[in-house]
Amino acid sequence: MAFELPKLGYDYSALEPHIDARTMEIHHTKHHAAYTSKLNDAVAGSSLDGKSIEEILTNISSASIAVRNNGGGFYNHSLFWKVMSPNGGGTPLGDLADAINKAFGSFDNFKSEFSNAAANRFGSGWAWLVITKDGLKVTSTPNQDNPLMDISEVKGTPILGIDVWEHAYYLKYQNRRPDYIAAFWNVINWDEVAKRHKG
Amino acid sequence: MAFELPRLNYALDALEPVIDRRTMEFHYGKHHQVYVNKLNELIKGSPFVNSSLEEIIKEAEGGIYNNGAQVWNHTFYFQSFKPKGGGKPEGELASVINNTFKSFDKFKEQFSNAAITLFGSGWTWLVKNDSGDLQILQESNAGNPLRNGLIPILTCDVWEHAYYLNYQNRRPDYVKSFWDILDWETISRRY
Ligand SMILES: [Fe+2]
Ligand SMILES: [Fe+2]
Repeated sequence: MAFELPKLGYDYSALEPHIDARTMEIHHTKHHAAYTSKLNDAVAGSSLDGKSIEEILTNISSASIAVRNNGGGFYNHSLFWKVMSPNGGGTPLGDLADAINKAFGSFDNFKSEFSNAAANRFGSGWAWLVITKDGLKVTSTPNQDNPLMDISEVKGTPILGIDVWEHAYYLKYQNRRPDYIAAFWNVINWDEVAKRHKG
Repeated sequence: MAFELPRLNYALDALEPVIDRRTMEFHYGKHHQVYVNKLNELIKGSPFVNSSLEEIIKEAEGGIYNNGAQVWNHTFYFQSFKPKGGGKPEGELASVINNTFKSFDKFKEQFSNAAITLFGSGWTWLVKNDSGDLQILQESNAGNPLRNGLIPILTCDVWEHAYYLNYQNRRPDYVKSFWDILDWETISRRY
């Protein structure tokens, strides 16, 4: 079965003023849609046809570069839309809060480590909060790679991610990536992140 | 000595409609300027404090390499343009392009394709080696062919910041228009 571009759970304008409607619309209908259709082209008729995206990504070292780039792009954006919400922001609660405190000392330490990872990723890529076998970690990956991939430096299950390709912020923030990263904290859907943490 | 942002010999709106004024303001006035500033900060107290950009590109790693190469790449990119440019290469470069790629149109097609398919941020290059042979390369992020002993002739910046304000996700449209502002007199002299 072919992969489908997921619908957003909110309007394109719902994350304003942090992320503008035009950016959201182009990001979803053009960038994410292109990754989705190119992924379908790349797996059609191959041994990967019918496999789940998670299965494909965890064995990405044996797949083609087209599957790596577009499979990553499909998965990463699907996660990105989910971990944001118009009612987002604030801080996590419960088990996730405990796990963050345990791994980073405090929420503020985590916030600065994650923000730095996002700001310092040179070129296009993503910063992540990841469940690893040694607890929660922050990492970043180039282009459309992610921590599910068996080629990733830090491997695990991503539960929060920020897109730092320039297309994610350029219409509103231009060269000011740090301003976009600061704004992102206002739209993080911690309920969704906690759900993914629980597994 | 500190590096400086080189002057442009055309106005910021001179490349319109191919590259709009606002893109130039950010690309040259912010991105290029910030690479210059960061490089100057990073080389202070480093072994590269008195190095040329070319030495930095050949020998440095990490932030010094990235910012040094980005300074060089953008200077080279902006110096490849002129208002109402376009046309074709001249002299020796024209004949080597014909010999290597069969025709200028074939070269244009191959270079454009390399620019369109480069995944993520980076630069597409036309380079020559010691024997004068031409080659098209895709380099990620700050990648600069001088590092591998090759001589750059032409480059296209395909970081999204180079075209996003005007073209958004339509990189192929930017690459198509890019040919209309090339200053082939300058580019041909590089060969
Ligand atoms: Fe994106
Ligand atoms: Fe650039």
